[in-house]
Amino acid sequence: MTTTHGGQDETVPVALRTEALEQLLTERGLIDPKVMNGIITEYETNVGPLNGAKVVAKAWTDPDYRQRLLQDGTAAIKELGFSGPQGEHIVVVENTPTTHNLVVCTLCSCYPWPVLGLPPSWYKDPAYRARVVREPRTVLSEMGLELDDDVQITVRDSTSEVRWLVLPERPAGTEHLAEEELVPLVTRDAMVGVAKVEAP
Amino acid sequence: MSAPLDIAGPAAPPRSNGELVFAEPWESRAFGMAVTLYESGAFTWPEFQAALIARIAAWEASAADEPYHYYRLWLAALEDVLADLRAVSTDEITTRTQDLAQRPPGHDHHDHDEHHDHPH
Repeated sequence: MTTTHGGQDETVPVALRTEALEQLLTERGLIDPKVMNGIITEYETNVGPLNGAKVVAKAWTDPDYRQRLLQDGTAAIKELGFSGPQGEHIVVVENTPTTHNLVVCTLCSCYPWPVLGLPPSWYKDPAYRARVVREPRTVLSEMGLELDDDVQITVRDSTSEVRWLVLPERPAGTEHLAEEELVPLVTRDAMVGVAKVEAP
Repeated sequence: MSAPLDIAGPAAPPRSNGELVFAEPWESRAFGMAVTLYESGAFTWPEFQAALIARIAAWEASAADEPYHYYRLWLAALEDVLADLRAVSTDEITTRTQDLAQRPPGHDHHDHDEHHDHPH
């Protein structure tokens, strides 16, 4: 039970405190800096929305895969080689012309890392987390997505039990495109449900 | 049209999505410590997550008298978990932080540079 304000001494830069903790953990053999550097590099450079885009493009072009993805997200995503922390319980929900899902984590920042990487700052922001539940249509509009009044919006709250991934609608006019050509069209925001995928 | 998997496309890794994954280097260290400890089995992810939720809830209950900074809360949550495990205490971290703050600027150590051969 700490009594210091916020648990941290505000007069000392937080960077220094982070360094102090890393030193102590390293000295005690609790972390190996080489392993840790590898993990950081992995998340800075390799794990990102490109993974999710590949999942979506495959689901758009392979009906059997789409079905597996909607039945068991984690297993279908693992087929493409994407797994790891925060990827254990991914549930995929499909956006259609009449139903729109969007994802939030009201309590903290749960997010399907293996397919989307680490969340953007707006996703972690208290304003988004609180407001999107109360007034999703307004928040979406502010983020540039206008939905017709007859589109039903479902807000999906992520927890440690469920991490949501949105399967966006395949845009009209992309019927002639192959899976590899669809991948670059799929954005992170579309897979969180705050945007739609646009035809090129 | 560019190559289908061009990393400059809209689905490129986080760096190209309009913001850096980590705003400052220490954030990446705080992130890396938690994931490394989790992967080595020091704690479960739900344990860390519960600590993070508690820190975020405490910030929200504090009427936001300090700016919201996600990775500060992340670091505080990590400290909470490590203190509960009796792996590293808050006081130990504070003491070490103060030691680090006393470091002279730069890496040169005067005694070392000037006297380390002890010529007499």
